[in-house]
Order: sequence, then structure tokens, then C-alpha cells
Amino acid sequence: MTHRSRQLRVSALARVEGEGALSVIVEDGRVRDAQLQIYEPPRFFEAFLRGRQHTEVTDITSRICGICPVAYQTSAWLAIEDACGVTVSEPIAALRRLLYCGEWISSHALHIYMLHAPDFLGYPDVVALARDHRDLVERGLRLKKAGNAIMEVVGGRAIHPVNPRVGGFYRAPTKADLIPLAQQLRQALDDALATTGWVAGFEYPEVELEHELLAVREPGRYAIERGQVAAAGGLAFAPREFGEHVAEHQVPHSTALHATLDGRGYLTGPLARYTINSAELSPIAREAAAAAGLGPACRNPFRSIVVRAVEIVYAASEALRIIEEYERPEPASTDVLPVAGVGHGVSEAPRGLLYHRYQLAADGRIESATIIPPTSQNQAAIEADLRAVVAAHLDLDDAALTALCERTIRNYDPCISCAAHFLDLRVERR
Amino acid sequence: MSTGDPVSGPPTLAVWKFASCDGCQLTLLDCEDELLTLAGQVRIAHFLEASSEVLPGPYDLSLVEGSISTPGDVQRIRRVREQSKVLITIGACATAGGIQALRNFGDAAEFRSVVYASPQYIDTLATSTAISAHVPVDFELRGCPIDKRQLIEVIGAFLVGRKPDIPDTSVCTECKRRGLTCVMVADGTPCLGPVTHAGCGALCPAVRRGCYGCFGPMSGANLPALIGQLHTCGMSPRAVDLVLSTFNAAAPGFARPETARPETVRPETVRPETA
Repeated sequence: MTHRSRQLRVSALARVEGEGALSVIVEDGRVRDAQLQIYEPPRFFEAFLRGRQHTEVTDITSRICGICPVAYQTSAWLAIEDACGVTVSEPIAALRRLLYCGEWISSHALHIYMLHAPDFLGYPDVVALARDHRDLVERGLRLKKAGNAIMEVVGGRAIHPVNPRVGGFYRAPTKADLIPLAQQLRQALDDALATTGWVAGFEYPEVELEHELLAVREPGRYAIERGQVAAAGGLAFAPREFGEHVAEHQVPHSTALHATLDGRGYLTGPLARYTINSAELSPIAREAAAAAGLGPACRNPFRSIVVRAVEIVYAASEALRIIEEYERPEPASTDVLPVAGVGHGVSEAPRGLLYHRYQLAADGRIESATIIPPTSQNQAAIEADLRAVVAAHLDLDDAALTALCERTIRNYDPCISCAAHFLDLRVERR
Repeated sequence: MSTGDPVSGPPTLAVWKFASCDGCQLTLLDCEDELLTLAGQVRIAHFLEASSEVLPGPYDLSLVEGSISTPGDVQRIRRVREQSKVLITIGACATAGGIQALRNFGDAAEFRSVVYASPQYIDTLATSTAISAHVPVDFELRGCPIDKRQLIEVIGAFLVGRKPDIPDTSVCTECKRRGLTCVMVADGTPCLGPVTHAGCGALCPAVRRGCYGCFGPMSGANLPALIGQLHTCGMSPRAVDLVLSTFNAAAPGFARPETARPETVRPETVRPETA
């Protein structure tokens, strides 16, 4: 391959959420450039959030992403409640966690069965997979439906839930509302365990990532809907210190900004969560992880599908626990009276850490908003992986190498719709 | 509407994305009970979020998600129209410009500079507009997001060649049919139900919340009368302005007579030949 220039291009990536392209340039046997190009049109949420009322923000930010609206609601209400000095009751917090478990189950089932597994099994899509393995696909659809059912019962709607609000919920479900969910979730737990066993049998290239990993951490449980920020290397900080460690830069080939942690690229998402928090998994999820061959850490991006399956097991078991111990919050929400100030919120979107920051005026008007989605944090790491994958497989022909590059990107379940839509009000001031 | 042809096989379905959150096309994948049946009745020919197999057009049915907000997309939607026998828009972005149409009432260049340090890299129009502002549309399905049952109804109607049964009435009619107590009458909670297009099944009143208009305006809504009622419920003029300025902000039916909003720039409508 020496003295030969190769250019690989995929103009529209398939089986990812949103619009992106891939470009790799190889010259004289060296990878000169590898880009995940994001051309998803920007929607300027951070600009038009200014002037909105603090109580409206969660309905607006959910529209950033139809696949993880609960994540966008959660990081937003955390930040606004932080700014206003409000802490919600534990029953409200538990109901929020239940809602978020629904999103994890639904989003991970979508990614495993519809977007990612076809890569390992050589199918273009889930419909083709269903022609040969209908029972498998039906299992995936059942799982996805169980996650959506949680969002419908607790959130009032699976996409852009209407029931949650800053301070809690409009109406808290009764225990009787949740009983049919528990039945569905027991089946989902079995389906999740079967899913873990299934994906554990796929063939995985041996790859180990060196990136720093970043996730939300909460002592005593696998962090989802609140917590502090922790890196695998030992760094730990509060959400309010996020801006001191993470900086975003614009690059010409993307409508998403690239993020660095203390000046270096890093990765957030299932591998980061699992590596940082695997000790906090429920016993059944830990057992599933061990049976699937995962140790306490996982740094192979191709195995992220196994981690997602383990996280479905966890989310289903956790949802069952919350329903079992459910106390109906009374009242269903806490008043969040506006206070002039700044608030920060972090939560674990299915694709990784999602940070929001809002500056409020005394009457609750939003003066500035900063939203840092997981995919923009991951973009530099994804491109580093692309370079490494291409460098290690230069012997492949263009078609095979391009397919491998697409798989490499899909490992991260990038949500391009999210990544393109924001970014950083702080940029203006630098 | 076309239902395919016995010689060439089942009708082909294409799903297209413009500026959006992906939630409306996800609604198709959220039809867990119907998806595999549907996949047996249509040939999914172009659906990038779900499949890496892309078949060439023309397509019998195109579902279009998202609004037009870049110069490239102005061209792309024309090509989509040229290749589509039937084109149906799905959701508030495609039907009314979406929440990103708030830029239509602001300064798009300023918006861009707030978000991006080097705005010259970002290619965007000053407006976010509905698909119908650019090409003829055969049917518009409302909602932010669309409703799953309504999506199945629209696709089912297409497959048998009839008009979709999507009533252009208010959320109130669905609320009454569910037997819910009116949140505005009983609790004094401001509610956009009387002017909002039906389709969600009155989700917000079911959790004792006022409707916030995510399905956009119904035809012939009496907005001035409702605005008076919203004021009676204690909403300030600013609060009324905000609640009407969300996901369907650019829909003419939600324009307030008393607020002097700048005229939305409508790009020239192009009428390509349709098959």
C-alpha cells in the first residue's frame, strides 16, 4: 500500500441517529486524516433558550433529542433546581430514576437490536434480520416496548414526556398504575438476560482504548439521574466545576463542537460508566456481566453492545426495585421559585454524560444556557479510534475498510441530532 | 394514492430527515407491535436511521421529518419530491418549521454567533420553514412528536388508497371523549386544548396539566377568545406569548394579532413535476 493515496468516504452514515458522514485519507501507508463529519443542521437551542422562563426549559430541551428526551429534561431540571436552591423529595427522585430507567431500556434495545447487532451478524437492518431470526427481533421489540411503557405510564408519553416538570411531576402515578409495568418488567428482565447471553457470543476484534473515561458517579448505586463527575484516572469533581475541566472547540468539519478534559480527549458513555461504576451494579446485573465475560472494566468499544445489554439488565432490575418500594410522592412536585444565579446539572444519557448549565435572572428568565451532549464529548475519541482502526487494517480493500470504519462509529451509538444542536455560550466570551 | 403494483412488488417506503430531533421517525420504530407486519407490506427502500441498504428511487411513499433550514436542504427536498409519488410530512418541524423556527423571529446571525465561535463554518438559512413552503405536500401529520396510532393510520390509508382518518378538531374533543374533567374549568389551569389540533389523545389533561399546543393549531381556531380566557386564568401577556412560541411557533394559526412579530420570510415555493 505504499506510495498510494486512498480516500474513503461515506456521505451519509446509516443506522446512527442524525446526519453524519465519514472521511478517511490515507497517504503512503499512513492515515493522514480521519473525520466524523457532522452536517446535521444546527438548531440553536442555546440561543433561543435565552429569555424563556425557567419552568419551560425542560419541555424545550426534550426536543433536542427524540431518542433521549428524558436525559435532556433531567439535566435541565437538575441545573434549574440547583440554581434555585431546591432539592426534591426522595419519592420524587425515585420516580425520576424509574422514568430514566425506561429511557435506558428503550434506547439501548433500539441500539442493540436495530442499529448495532446487524453489523455483527451481517445484515443491513433489523427487517432483514427478522426474516431469518424473527424470535430474536421480537425479543428486542418486546424490550423496547417495556422501556417505552415506563415512559408512557410515568412520563405520559414515550417521546417528549409531558408529565415531568421542574420540581417533580404534574401527577404522580399510583402504585396500582405501576403494577402492570412490574409484570412487563419481569419479562423484560428475562429478555435482557437472554440479550446479554446472545451478544456475548458475537465475535469481537481485540481492541483496548487508552482514552480517559468520564461518567457520573453516585456512591451506593450505578449513577443515572444525578451524581458527581468522576474520571477513570481518579479525577472527581462536582457538576458546578464542569466548566473548569471541560472545554469545547469548534472544528471546521462539524456542526458539533469537540470537547477536551483538562486539555485531553476523553470518552463518555457505556464503557466509561461500566469501567467507573461496575462495582455499583445490582447483583443480577453483575452476574450477567461476569457470565458475558466482562471484568470490572471494559475498554473495547466493540464490546459496548455487551455493556449496553448489561445496563438493560440493571435498568430493568432497578425499575422493579423502585416499583416494589414505591411511595407515591405527596405532593407530586415541589415549587421552584426563581432565584438569580447559576445552576449545573449532569446525568447519564444512554450515550453518555450530559451537562447543562443555566444562568437565571431573579424573575426566572434564562439569561444564558450551555448544553454539552455526549456525542460532542466523544467526537475526538471516535476520530482517534477511526485513525487507529484504519492504521491497523490497511490491508483491507476499500469496501471492507469502509464497513469497518462505519462499525467503529456505530460502537459509540453517536447521536448526531443531539451533538449538532448546541453548544456553547461560553465560546462567545472567550 | 398508490398501493404498489403486482408486477414490481410491494410499494416502496422512504423516510427522510431534515432539521429535527429524530423523534418522529423514531415513532415508526416505536410501533413495536406493527413494525414487522408493516415491513411485510412495504419495501423499506430508504431509511438511513434504520438501514444501511439504500434502494434508488422513485419511491411510492416518502415520509419527511424535519424543517428546511440550510441552502443544501432547499435543494434536497426538491429532489426528494421529484422521486416521491406521495409525500407526507411527519411532525411539527416538517409541518410548521419546528422549535428551530424561533430564529425566524430573531436574528439568525446573532443566534449562530452565540452558539459557534467561528460562525463562518456554519451554513444556515435565516429561517426554518415547513416542507410545504418549498414543495407540494400530499398530507401533513401533526405533533411534536407525532402520535404512533395516527402514523399507522396514515400509512395504512396509503396502502389501501384511501384518505387518512385524521380529524381536524381540537384536543378538547379527545379530552371529553376520555371523560376527563376540564383542567381550565375545574382547576383554572391555562390550557391550549380549545385551539390545538387533536391527535395526542389529550395526554396533558390526563395528568392534570394544561395542553401546551405541541400538535399546533387546528383549522378555524378562535385564538383571540382563548387568549382572553388564558388571561382570566392568570396568564400574563408574556406567558401567553411564550406558550404560543414553541414547537409550532411559525404556524400561522398560532400568530397573535396583538403582537407585532416580524413577517416570516417564506422562500419561493417550487413546484416540481410529481409522478
